[in-house]
Amino acid sequence: MGDDRRWSRVPARRLTRRQFLVGTGASLLVACARGIQPQGPTPTPTGPSPTPASPSPSPTLSDILNFANWPFYIDKKTLRDFRKQYGVNVNYIEEINDNVEYFAKIREPLSRRQSIERDIIVLTDWMASRLIKLGWLAELDKDNIPNWTNLVDTLENPSFDPGRRFSLPWQSGFTGIGYNPKLTGRKLTSVNDIFDPAFKGHVTMLTEMRDTLGLVLLGMGVAPEEATLEDAEAAVERIKEAVETGQIRRFTGNDYGPDLVRGDAWVSFAWSGDVVQLKQDNPDLEWLFPEEGFMFWSDNMLIPITAEHKFTAETFMNFVYDPKIAAQIAAFVQFVSPVEGVKEELTKIDPALAENPLIVPDPETLARAHIFRPLDPEEEQQFEQLFQSVVRA
Amino acid sequence: MRGRLRALVPYVMAAPGVAWLVLFFLVPILTLAQTSLSRGTFFTGFHFAWDWRNYLDALTTFDQQFIRSFEYAGMATLIALAVGYPLAYAIAFRGGRYKTLLLALVVLPFFTTYLIRTLAWMTILADEGPVVKALKVLHLLPADGRLLATTIAVVGGLTYNFLPFMVLPIYVALEKIEPELVDAARDLYASSFRAFRRVVLPLSMPGVFAGSLLTFIPAAGDFINAQLLGTSRQTMIGNVIQSQFLVLLDYPTAAALSFLLMAAILLAVFVYARLLGTEQLTG
Repeated sequence: MGDDRRWSRVPARRLTRRQFLVGTGASLLVACARGIQPQGPTPTPTGPSPTPASPSPSPTLSDILNFANWPFYIDKKTLRDFRKQYGVNVNYIEEINDNVEYFAKIREPLSRRQSIERDIIVLTDWMASRLIKLGWLAELDKDNIPNWTNLVDTLENPSFDPGRRFSLPWQSGFTGIGYNPKLTGRKLTSVNDIFDPAFKGHVTMLTEMRDTLGLVLLGMGVAPEEATLEDAEAAVERIKEAVETGQIRRFTGNDYGPDLVRGDAWVSFAWSGDVVQLKQDNPDLEWLFPEEGFMFWSDNMLIPITAEHKFTAETFMNFVYDPKIAAQIAAFVQFVSPVEGVKEELTKIDPALAENPLIVPDPETLARAHIFRPLDPEEEQQFEQLFQSVVRA
Repeated sequence: MRGRLRALVPYVMAAPGVAWLVLFFLVPILTLAQTSLSRGTFFTGFHFAWDWRNYLDALTTFDQQFIRSFEYAGMATLIALAVGYPLAYAIAFRGGRYKTLLLALVVLPFFTTYLIRTLAWMTILADEGPVVKALKVLHLLPADGRLLATTIAVVGGLTYNFLPFMVLPIYVALEKIEPELVDAARDLYASSFRAFRRVVLPLSMPGVFAGSLLTFIPAAGDFINAQLLGTSRQTMIGNVIQSQFLVLLDYPTAAALSFLLMAAILLAVFVYARLLGTEQLTG
């Protein structure tokens, strides 16, 4: 299926991913905001909080599992394998294009505790954090997900969901720089290269606040983990100048992809897996881990509180946390798998993938990755308002 | 008795329409009005508070985007008129047996979705694309110039996307004009230009009026063209409403902005109708 897969995947991403962005950004663990969930943020380092969730209504598998995800975010073989093993048809719906748009879609029914006919939804950290805070998610019954212990340690206790009571990462990724060295005429090393006047009008940034502000802050020597409102104001000021001089072409979601491929954009704030895939369309494109650091985020599997097939959803989560299956997914989507042991399994599929730091980051790379500080709702509003003032100047 | 029943008939017949309007226009608009005067945040809940400051804040914060939206929509309407009138004229008076075909060609691109059509313009206007290259060769565009991500692209996109709304009403107006009227004018020694100006143009004004409104109103509230073909310096009021609503979850401001946009458009339509004469409204 080699060519076939490339054909189907890449173009679609262009349209679809735009929204992804939104989500992505933010994310990460960081989460946002509200990191605090109602039950109290016990940051017990040792994992799973033992509060037994209300027992799933029936610990029997349903015939069907409604799984909403982002486009091109799974290989279809995994779904077939799941059906073979458990006899469950996965109704896989690629309907999430944007965290905020999806939120708008599920807001009404979930706020009234009505079904959205989805058993698993996948949203970025900061949006997961919002849903946890609103009480719209079902607590995971870890007894049904024994494989959850394969979750990499670094993602076990995000500020928005210590112990992972409501969320399990689907894939993670980096936000850094994608660029075309042929057009820039030189190798880039720094976040601040994006402000080089030589690239005027050929630079794009992400509409995702945490990604763009995070990277610009890193370029200013400020850790996004500690960013104050004043820091954010300074960063926004810097971006505003670049907007006014015409340095920045536009703010994008996933649609920076086509801009890079066509050559309209020379330097873009970008998501790691995208650039791996965009190279298939334009082999000149390069990914840069900026020397000052870069952002890291995850998209999370969540079970809405009104899910009809919670046990089946948990069974599925357990299934994809098997390193073998996780490797199969990672080989296709080319983002960072949150599952321990994927590297070994990937080596069996394609050793080159296992050595790619964008897919299997080494500890040094991870050590340079940053996560935006959790913001409480008022702060989030302030930061976002500030940022939106330059995005739509 | 029968007479009274008969008197009720119009009301009964109007009932479905009225019910529709109440349900899908009046109720939403009242809800929107209520939201626009509320206070609070998404997480603490909104409550109605007669908070007129939402309007004041919205107007003072986003005055630029309002002005820009009207400028862009106005430019797009004028260009669409300049392009659409001759086109409609040619089809109506010179189309002959190809009339239907030509009309179909005007509408044909609009069988693809709005979004795809606009995305296609991104490819056409790309920096490395044929259009920009040709303009550079002709020195109509400086060497570091571009079309995409400029005001030209946004206004062009708006014009293109709403052009049929200009062409079709004008065509209908022109089509209704009896050719004999023009012949009569010529018989009375009017030059063809004078015949056009004194006979055809006035008779086609209802079409121009309708076409201008149908182009201007959606263009003023549009956000896709600015988002895809512009930069953050081309942001229109539609983009602001979208971000207030979806990103910032600031429903009161978003609702206030929607009302302000509606009010501004109504005002513009009113002024326009006054200038052109209200009889044009009904044709």
